Amino acid sequence: MGTLYEDMVDYGGEVFGREHLETLRECVQCGKCTGGCPSGRNTALRTRKLMQMALLDMREEIFNAPELWFCSTCFTCYERCPKGVKTTDIIRTLRNLAAKEGHMSVPHRMIGVYVMKTGHAVPIGPAQMELREAVGLESQPPTAQHPQNKEQLEQVQKLFRATNYDAMIDFDWDTMNLRGMDKGGKK
Amino acid sequence: MSEEDGGKEYAYFLGCITPNRYPGIEAATKKIFKGFGIESKEMVGASCCPAPGVFGSFDMHTWLPVAARNLAIAEEMGLEIFVTCNGCYATLQEADHLLKKHPKLKEKTNKILSEIGREYKGTTKVNHSIVIMHDIIGLDKLKERITKPMNDVNVAVHYGCHFLKPREVRGHGSSETPYILEDLVKVTGAKEVDYKDKLMCCGAGGGNRTADSVQSLEWTRQKLVNATIAGCDCMVHPCAFCHLQLDRGQAEMNKAFGTDFNFPILFITQFLGLAMGLSVKELGLDIQTTTIPEKLLK
Repeated sequence: MGTLYEDMVDYGGEVFGREHLETLRECVQCGKCTGGCPSGRNTALRTRKLMQMALLDMREEIFNAPELWFCSTCFTCYERCPKGVKTTDIIRTLRNLAAKEGHMSVPHRMIGVYVMKTGHAVPIGPAQMELREAVGLESQPPTAQHPQNKEQLEQVQKLFRATNYDAMIDFDWDTMNLRGMDKGGKK
Repeated sequence: MSEEDGGKEYAYFLGCITPNRYPGIEAATKKIFKGFGIESKEMVGASCCPAPGVFGSFDMHTWLPVAARNLAIAEEMGLEIFVTCNGCYATLQEADHLLKKHPKLKEKTNKILSEIGREYKGTTKVNHSIVIMHDIIGLDKLKERITKPMNDVNVAVHYGCHFLKPREVRGHGSSETPYILEDLVKVTGAKEVDYKDKLMCCGAGGGNRTADSVQSLEWTRQKLVNATIAGCDCMVHPCAFCHLQLDRGQAEMNKAFGTDFNFPILFITQFLGLAMGLSVKELGLDIQTTTIPEKLLK
């Protein structure tokens, strides 16, 4: 484990390109990001502060701050930054590292459970099948959740396994739920 | 289907919210496209895109191969993709962009995809349905089909975030002075009305709705108040996920804040559908939380 900045450039850089994350160094703390932030009006999220904290290697403080998760990734700050700091992707990378180190809420982990179980973050149920019929559509779309597409769903599941996402959220393939959740655990 | 009418086929990437919560959006879009000779082909086995702000926030290294698998399905069909959700647009277009930009990333991703017998080649294109309407069908042709003009209707346009931003990936010009959705609304004869913070996010994205739903609903409440103050009769948008937050969100916020909102929310093809004479029932506007006022049905 390097500094937070080094880890961000390594982990996020593999996907976005290292130079994308390195723009963090260009931040001049002008505050234009915070000024236009729709979240900052209602929450404790201060993007300017977050950028500075990342540069100051305040890993635990960032990872334990609930407001890290109050960014809607609207990219308003990203578009307006006069120094070209890739703010939103920096926040997404910070979240990736936080999640990897176990800072991930149960509701956020549950989204992964739905996708690994059904192929969809928002799966279909009987009530919604009726809604589809009401507008003249097949009761179930031919997506990964369709009973005829079991092999397709298995492909999606394999990808989550191959990238260790299952381990990251502590997913139990036997119960198809978060480990401990079936026993009423407060994971 | 004739060449003159477009005569084109696309792979319709459904995602989750459109088919599984608001099938009216799917029905309206398919119907309108078909009317202009555009066939929507099903993507068998497609999964969650996966959601950009959640899976992208949790682990980009999982998000990418799952997105690449969806792209590969369209590539195997030999078709370009269209979507009816900004979330799906964000993920599929960004994944395609990144994989095309970084050859090593493509190599790594394909190594993972080889485990499930698939390959990302980079041969499809990710389109948003509103661009197909605006640029492929075209405003003139849309106008010819308007049988019930929305002459006295004031519309609040809501873009959502990921149709316009980040510009370097989306490629629709300025994210501060957009025009595509405005043009489509005006085709019906309706008036597009500017309102405070028109370009503000609905509040749902980035896992924010899941992180704290009441807090995320406060953003939505502010948007609806602003549109009401500007004298708007309804809100029209291009995103299934925004639809969930803006429509079902009203029931949730009425409960959380003790308010009494019933502000009409329509996906753009539902709005165009009404102006083209399709019924509330055909467009699924009777199976959502907010109700459509008489003014839009004249």
